[in-house]
Amino acid sequence: MTNWKKRLFYSPADDRSRMRAVANNLILHLHPTKVPAPALKWTYTWGLGGISALLALLQILTGVLLMFRYDASVERAYTSIQTIETQVLFGSLVRGLHHWSANLLIVTAFLHLIRVFLTGGFKKGRATNWLIGIGLLLLVMTFNFTGYLLPWDQLAFWAITVGTSLLSYLPAAGTAVANFLLAGPEVGQGALRNFYAIHVAVLPALLIIMMSYHFWKVRKDGGISQPNPPARSRVTRLTTIPHLVQIEFTAAVVLLTSLVVWAMLVPAPLEALANPNHPPNPAKAAWYFMGLQELLLHMHPLAAMMLPGAALTAIAAIPLWDKREEDIGVYFRSQKGGITAVTAAILAIALIPILVIVDELWLDLPALMPALPILIANGLIPLLLSLGGLAAIYFLFRVIGRANRGEATVGLFTFLIVSLIMLTNVGVFFRGANMALVMPF
Amino acid sequence: MSQQNNTLPMNRRDFLKMGATALSLLAALEVGGASLMFMQPRRLDGVFGGVVTAGPADSFPPGSVTHFPDGRFYLIRAADGGFLAVYQRCTHLGCTVNWEADQNRFFCPCHASAFDMLGSVANPPAPRALDLFPVSITDGSVVVNTADIQTRDEFTPAQLAYA
Ligand code: HEM
Ligand code: FES
Repeated sequence: MTNWKKRLFYSPADDRSRMRAVANNLILHLHPTKVPAPALKWTYTWGLGGISALLALLQILTGVLLMFRYDASVERAYTSIQTIETQVLFGSLVRGLHHWSANLLIVTAFLHLIRVFLTGGFKKGRATNWLIGIGLLLLVMTFNFTGYLLPWDQLAFWAITVGTSLLSYLPAAGTAVANFLLAGPEVGQGALRNFYAIHVAVLPALLIIMMSYHFWKVRKDGGISQPNPPARSRVTRLTTIPHLVQIEFTAAVVLLTSLVVWAMLVPAPLEALANPNHPPNPAKAAWYFMGLQELLLHMHPLAAMMLPGAALTAIAAIPLWDKREEDIGVYFRSQKGGITAVTAAILAIALIPILVIVDELWLDLPALMPALPILIANGLIPLLLSLGGLAAIYFLFRVIGRANRGEATVGLFTFLIVSLIMLTNVGVFFRGANMALVMPF
Repeated sequence: MSQQNNTLPMNRRDFLKMGATALSLLAALEVGGASLMFMQPRRLDGVFGGVVTAGPADSFPPGSVTHFPDGRFYLIRAADGGFLAVYQRCTHLGCTVNWEADQNRFFCPCHASAFDMLGSVANPPAPRALDLFPVSITDGSVVVNTADIQTRDEFTPAQLAYA
């Protein structure tokens, strides 16, 4: 036989090794043949990266199915979703899977980023992959933002109206980008068509490229981060098949089963048909944007975007700041880092509701400074106050807590994350009609 | 040959390389620009975006606010009889404001901005008064040009149009 025939038709003697040969090809593209035993402890990574990848794959599969039934036109989008929900065999299930797995993906990608930060997974040459990871999280959010418009219900219309208006506050290219996306004076056919093309073609292409690079780079960087082994000890290495694959397979089956059951019990929501003349009251964003929505209630839109923008830039730049390699692979860097994190979390849980209530009920910056333009009184000043507060927290940990750079950074990072979660909760549960503060029950 | 080469600023190979790079860049720019122009859609015109005839001036009593949903505006007749057409789009982040007659204000349900009857900001976060469409009164009927969105910081009497 010629060489290519041999390759094509080669088959090992027994079933077991035959199956393995097939599996190896695929799996060993993603994994090395052997992995260090501690890397398999699931409480290290919590499997969050792998779960995110699985969900992304599920998005592609269900998304392509939806494309066969969905019409990207203002007249027919809503009815096509109704048809999917009520007439198409398994339509409600497929749409439910796409919807819920999109939501879950935001959670898992976010938690994955937190895990990588807390274990110092961006150290020892992993800065590039840290950036790619942040890019992937932003990509997932963009996927959700663009997918959101497609059902053309009230939620879709108003969330995108607010989102694109937000863009036009950005200096320089903001208005141009918003006009380009909208292709008209308000959210309409042009916007729907643009969002559809971006959602089903541009973003999936980017996703596949970036995810492939992300995985390849993990291996290139020497596998996932691990604590430095104690001197002169040897870490045991186990074969990927079956040790790692078994864990992954179990996790995947459990996850997919739960998702299917969940999607069967709770169909994806669909509100009333979009009506450009009547926003619902309250007109809330999707839950994962409610932290930003909450900021918008307190400051000028430009400041409300610059604050998370600054935080994100700082998080992206962490590998330049925290370079200590001794503590790689150790959660919170050290015991003291753990204490800083808990302190920061408690601080955020206490401080954020107080700030929200004080600003809502008593503090009216523009009224205090009537001479100043709104952009400064309600924009620059709250922005600087917030950034100043964050800097103060960092230096408190450094000076009073005597934390080193890495430990203080863990504190600040925890404060940011818990603040975001708190703001999101205020937006989800404590905002009622007219966006007034209410009790959720 | 080689001696000659040394006196030239670059040899043939480098020259061709540079030329090829420059041409590829140019081609990339052209393709990129053409793609952008391809994607830039024509504005789609609906009811909104043209000239709307609101009706006879007499049918709007002074101190009244009338909603024209298809034209996306509220027609306001001030107490002194002057007309003002305000775009219904909240100047904060674009939600549609509702006229609340009992409170004498426009209210935005999205982030709770409020505007007084003439469209000036009564409660932030809205950064400026509701936008205007030019109003003209021809042969006793009120005509609003919704193609021309005019921004303003606050209400001034000069914005009113009279019959
Ligand atoms: C990370 C990946 C993705 C995310 C996070 C995502 C997210 C979303 C969301 C939030 C919706 C709105 C549906 C709803 O919640 O009611 C949606 C709709 C849709 N998506 Fe995706 N999507 C992803 C990938 C894809 C892909 C790869 C395709 C196709 C190639 C696709 C095709 C569609 C279609 C056709 C709809 C409209 C149907 C509907 O609204 O139910 N999506 N997507
Ligand atoms: S859009 Fe009207 S208050 Fe924000």
